[in-house]
Amino acid sequence: MKEKSFIKMITGSREALLFFILIVMGILITILNPTFFSPVNIGQIFRNNALTMIMALGMLCVMLTAGIDISITSTLAFAGMTIGMLTKYNIVNSTLLLFLIAMVIGLLCGLLNGLIIAKGKVAPIICTMGFMYIWRGMAYVVGNSQFASGEDVREFAEFGKDGTIGPYIILIACYAVFFVMLKWTKFGRKIYAVGSNPEAAMISGINVDNTLVSVYTIMGLLAGLAGALSVSIYASAQPNMQYGREMDVIAACVIGGVSMSGGRGSVAGTFLGALIISIIAKALPLVNVPSIAQNTVKGVIILVVVIFNVITRRMVDKQNLERREM
Amino acid sequence: MKRKVVSILLSAAMTAVLLAGCGGSSASTETAAPAAEPAPAAEAAPAEEAAPAEEAAPAEEAAPAEEAAPAEEAAPAAGGSDVSGKTFAIVVKSAGNPYFKKAIEGFTEVIEGNGGTVVVKEPSAATVDAQITEIQSLISQGVDSISVAANDENALQATLEEAMAAGIKVNCFDSKVNADSRLTFCNQAGTTEVGQALIDAVLDLSGGEGQYAILSATSQATNQNAWIEAMKSIQEGDAKYSKLELVEVAYGDDEPQKSTDQAQALLSKYPDLKVICAPTTVGIAAAAKVLQDQKSSVKLTGLGLPSEMAEYIGNDDAHSCPYMFLWNPSDLAKLAAYSSIALVNGEIKGEVGDTFTAGDMGEYTLTDAGDGGSEIILGPPFQFNPDNIAEWKDVY
Repeated sequence: MKEKSFIKMITGSREALLFFILIVMGILITILNPTFFSPVNIGQIFRNNALTMIMALGMLCVMLTAGIDISITSTLAFAGMTIGMLTKYNIVNSTLLLFLIAMVIGLLCGLLNGLIIAKGKVAPIICTMGFMYIWRGMAYVVGNSQFASGEDVREFAEFGKDGTIGPYIILIACYAVFFVMLKWTKFGRKIYAVGSNPEAAMISGINVDNTLVSVYTIMGLLAGLAGALSVSIYASAQPNMQYGREMDVIAACVIGGVSMSGGRGSVAGTFLGALIISIIAKALPLVNVPSIAQNTVKGVIILVVVIFNVITRRMVDKQNLERREM
Repeated sequence: MKRKVVSILLSAAMTAVLLAGCGGSSASTETAAPAAEPAPAAEAAPAEEAAPAEEAAPAEEAAPAEEAAPAEEAAPAAGGSDVSGKTFAIVVKSAGNPYFKKAIEGFTEVIEGNGGTVVVKEPSAATVDAQITEIQSLISQGVDSISVAANDENALQATLEEAMAAGIKVNCFDSKVNADSRLTFCNQAGTTEVGQALIDAVLDLSGGEGQYAILSATSQATNQNAWIEAMKSIQEGDAKYSKLELVEVAYGDDEPQKSTDQAQALLSKYPDLKVICAPTTVGIAAAAKVLQDQKSSVKLTGLGLPSEMAEYIGNDDAHSCPYMFLWNPSDLAKLAAYSSIALVNGEIKGEVGDTFTAGDMGEYTLTDAGDGGSEIILGPPFQFNPDNIAEWKDVY
């Protein structure tokens, strides 16, 4: 009886299931390398993956509307490169101002995405693919075969230095804001409504276009913020920064149970998904998986988690159905 | 009405983006200023070299004279390295790159010091098309020699063959073209030299014994793999390295985030680790930051860009990297200039085994490049340490 309720508990909610997977992963890794659960390591997991975790929130909103944004790391590079150059040549040296500039750049990039997708009715993957090239290219243009690193960004990098709490505060603040926004605000409910059934949403008086523009703008804003954080944490602004990482962000959402077809997903799930991705990145080098095989192992873990997730959801659906039949 | 709002918004956004773009480019125009600054500092070094250069000149005349005696090249050899009336072109990868600015300075100094004329071509973009256009204009201009840092190994072949057919001596430096497109290649660093410098640095920083790890780029990176292999074979071949233990070769894929993860993993996996050696610019910068932020006692060396590494280079505990290596673009271009002179004067033909004297830089032999052509190896990589980093960090 007790066992049954345990299974019920972990299959009852996606978040509980993910949490269970996390614990199993944690135990396995700790057996393989006992140093894994040190405070230093845990801190590094959040610091090194703050970017993925923050951008996953934006991606959650975008995917709730059945969209996708693959231009995020290009936006990140464009924003990061711009502030890198600004501080390298001592044009702007205030950390706060640099963060704001990066966020404004990201916001404008996202706004353009949103307008073209909502008003121009362009498929999100196509539109953001275009901008993926454009913003990445702009990062190179802005950099003009220079990069900012080490000494150039010394002051700015103080913010993200190992041992400071800045990145953690930003991370916690983002999650708090999005948790409240998606759960308890009108805007949050609109996003879910647009994603589950756009026609129904429109008939019930929701401005679908505006909601779409908003979610891509939010995504851009977060990508810009992540750009600033990236420069600060790694003390390096290069045009190719975080290249290809948008897939980690999408993977975090998918693992976290966000549906690609919209309308389903939660902040808690996204957080756990992003945490799983982060732990994979941190743990693989620690448990002696050979460097050249790490990406393969990562892919396998992602698939296994998602499949496990899907199977249990089917079980839940079936249980619910049976209950209804009775 | 709504449309209007949208179009206003769009244009506002675009203007903002443009402005942002402008902000960036106006920022980059200032590159000129910092890049120009190191000139006096750098001149100090050539100034020292100038004296031996004069001394070396007669020696240079003597050497080729002996070799070239039977050939009709005796006549130019008698004139030594004097190349008055000859024109030497240098084609770099792109304009506005501080690394090549330094190279052009070195090249010009040698050619003009020997009485020749220099033509500098800096393509506006780092593309092979732009280089082809520049080289074609050099062919019609009728220069005597072209030294090129190629943007592509094969795409310049047709143009460079045309140049050689027109009697122009073609060599390359920094980035080579294929063996058919060149007479010789000035290679910034031979594999063995890099491996030797790195393993010696590891030996020195570890105090002669202990564990070290390598943080490389990708597992398929040709250069890095060759250097790592060289390090391993040198270590095996000499008993003085026998107390060093290579615990792991980690790959950070030349990505700051992954390199950071890998460097942190090395630290927690090997508590007795003494040295990390990162023969890649992204890896060394990421590892330097990890070590320095954590105030780790592990020391770092490898290959890195001075501008990126200045923050981390120092002899005290507050800095993670006591010294590291890369090549000197100015010396590389000087070697290219001397080999161009030797080619134009007929002292060398670009064949393996040819020797020539590169002014005060000493005697160089053309060796097999392994691609069917010859190369000239500049020598051991240049060491950047706390004494010279301030001078170099603004250069590249």
